[in-house]
Amino acid sequence: MDQPLAAGFTDAVLESQEAFRHLLDALSHPGRIERLGGALTPPPGLTPAGAALLLTLADYETPLWLAPGLGAPVADWLRFHTAAPLAQQPAEARFAVLTGAPGEPELAAFPAGDDLYPDRSATVILQCAGLEGGRPVTLAGPGIPDTRQIAPAGLPAGFWRQLALNNRQYPRGVDVVLAAGSSIIGLPRSLRLETAQGAL
Amino acid sequence: MTTGATSTTPRQRWMAILARASAAELDDMLPRGARPAFTTLKPAETGTVMVQARAGGTGDRFNLGEATTTRCVVRLESGTMGFSYALGTDRAKAESAAIIDALMQDAPDQLAPAIARLGKAQQAARDLASRKAAATKVDFFTLVRGE
Amino acid sequence: MYVAVKGGEAAILASYDLLAETRRGNPSVPELRLAQIREQMGTAVARVMSEGSLYDADLAALALKQAQGDAVEAIFLLRAFRTTLARFGSSEPLDTSTMRVRRRVSATYKDLPGGQVLGPTYDYTHRLFDFTLGEESAATPEARPADAPLDAVMARVPDILGQEGLLEVEQPAAGDPAPTDITRDSLSFPAGRDVRLQTLARGDEGFLLGLAYSVQRGFGHNHPFVGEIRLGEVAVEFTPEELGFPVDLGDLTLTECQMVNQFAGSKHVPPQFTRGYGLSFGHAERKAMAMSIVDRSLKARALGEEVVYPAQQEEFVLYHSDNVEAAGFVEHLKLPHYVDFQAELELIRRIRAERAAHAQGATMPEAAE
Repeated sequence: MDQPLAAGFTDAVLESQEAFRHLLDALSHPGRIERLGGALTPPPGLTPAGAALLLTLADYETPLWLAPGLGAPVADWLRFHTAAPLAQQPAEARFAVLTGAPGEPELAAFPAGDDLYPDRSATVILQCAGLEGGRPVTLAGPGIPDTRQIAPAGLPAGFWRQLALNNRQYPRGVDVVLAAGSSIIGLPRSLRLETAQGAL
Repeated sequence: MTTGATSTTPRQRWMAILARASAAELDDMLPRGARPAFTTLKPAETGTVMVQARAGGTGDRFNLGEATTTRCVVRLESGTMGFSYALGTDRAKAESAAIIDALMQDAPDQLAPAIARLGKAQQAARDLASRKAAATKVDFFTLVRGE
Repeated sequence: MYVAVKGGEAAILASYDLLAETRRGNPSVPELRLAQIREQMGTAVARVMSEGSLYDADLAALALKQAQGDAVEAIFLLRAFRTTLARFGSSEPLDTSTMRVRRRVSATYKDLPGGQVLGPTYDYTHRLFDFTLGEESAATPEARPADAPLDAVMARVPDILGQEGLLEVEQPAAGDPAPTDITRDSLSFPAGRDVRLQTLARGDEGFLLGLAYSVQRGFGHNHPFVGEIRLGEVAVEFTPEELGFPVDLGDLTLTECQMVNQFAGSKHVPPQFTRGYGLSFGHAERKAMAMSIVDRSLKARALGEEVVYPAQQEEFVLYHSDNVEAAGFVEHLKLPHYVDFQAELELIRRIRAERAAHAQGATMPEAAE
């Protein structure tokens, strides 16, 4: 660790509770943009929102898989502040951070849990260019009255197809959180995509 | 000299000594007024460590129970990070020990003698406890039996 | 007629005050300080730490003070507090062969390397009152040290006996798997040795003592000898993820009991000595011994013994050894059950009324005809 390590939460209890609340809201109102507070300055590559979620959720019992492009400073920072071990394989991960770069594993590579323990699955944080301004997609399912339209930008090719496959396994499957800057959108496994596959 | 099974590097040895010291002993070693400037990376925090043991002493691992543990991580202006992890709930001690750990990496000459003295005192206390136990060692003698 | 009611808040608040006053006792008597409990009630503190499953003598002392010395209540307090603490991780497995011994006895070997060390034991006291302890004593008792300390490392007796190959071997399974943690994953059966030992380590001393006694009296195929009991300090090491090397956190006082048992052999296992293991926080010898006997009797299934006695039945033993759970379920009975009871009352009344009507009805036809 040659670079001086950036600080984590200033008030770990309050800030992690706040971030947890936002995540809870994001996952129970899929598609709604939640803006996280706080003033984290994680190492370059990691969004403040992704950083806050991991400081809140990850610990020594939750192996973390990081997209190779994120680099050593991000890994060092997360290991220091969360004590989470780095997963060597996506299949070992409980949390993952993807950047959308080509060649990153698909959602199906991460644990989906099993019918008896669907909770033994991964939560995938997918960092993207923005949560608005992309191609619109219509969502439905628990937490959405009628339907909701979102238009995140800069998602990897084939993402919606992967998500549709993932969510078809319900109650198994990963939960996805889109993160851009300090904002997130929750895409839990209970979600249904209303936009026709061909249009995605 | 060491107490742990795998405490071998000099840093592990001084961390082991600091873990067994009291907050007052560490304040004596590095008075609060004489502390270098530092940034707190992980504020002193009390949590637990789950203590593992082995069945029969050598077999499969099992969880015996937890132990309160307090940790602290600081960084000096030089960029050196100091860590402390010790049993108990003493947060003031944790911060002092973390600063001393960082100083020992930067300039070992300054505090090494004081740490050595502390280590010696700890060893002397262990030695005395062992000698008191040794006084309760049984000397068996066999009575001669007539044939 | 019984009805469910709300209320009692004022009464509850007043009960807190009365409890605090009762706990304090006569105010003309000096109040206990936590350090006094920690230093002078050491075995009570040890029990609370072991069964509270949290090693911290100061917190255990506080728990005992708050609970007026009620061990089970103090254990409950410590368990509740534990749940508020973040866990940094798991320690490296303790190595009790490195224990700095203060007591070590074996009932199986007289002349063992390192010797028999009685240490601070009640075993050879006469159980006669020492009335001077009731007086304000001026002199501080001080034990006389021997010229030389004990051997720095004392081999554990089973390690010595094991060399002959007559003793069941205790070695980790391939890959040294991480143990199950019953505070994270609830009990399921059949339970592994890791689950059994963790449950027993947290288990109620009185319950395990009774079970161990039942084994000795014949309710179990178990003929235990104390291979070794040792008391002393063991360093505990923890490898923080961010450091990557083990850090010595300090010393834990532990009591370890290795019980050795005759075993006639079965279809799959040759005649040999089998083992039971007990380990507890602090000086807690009776607990460690009881635990080791019960640990051995719970091996019945694995050794192909017939499981017929309570101490051999893991569901019975493991589900009932936790005194916080047991106390909670027994003691909840004193909480309001007004509605449940009302239902029972109605039922009994109705049955009685029906019976009475039936009895009357049985005599009616004659009269009617």
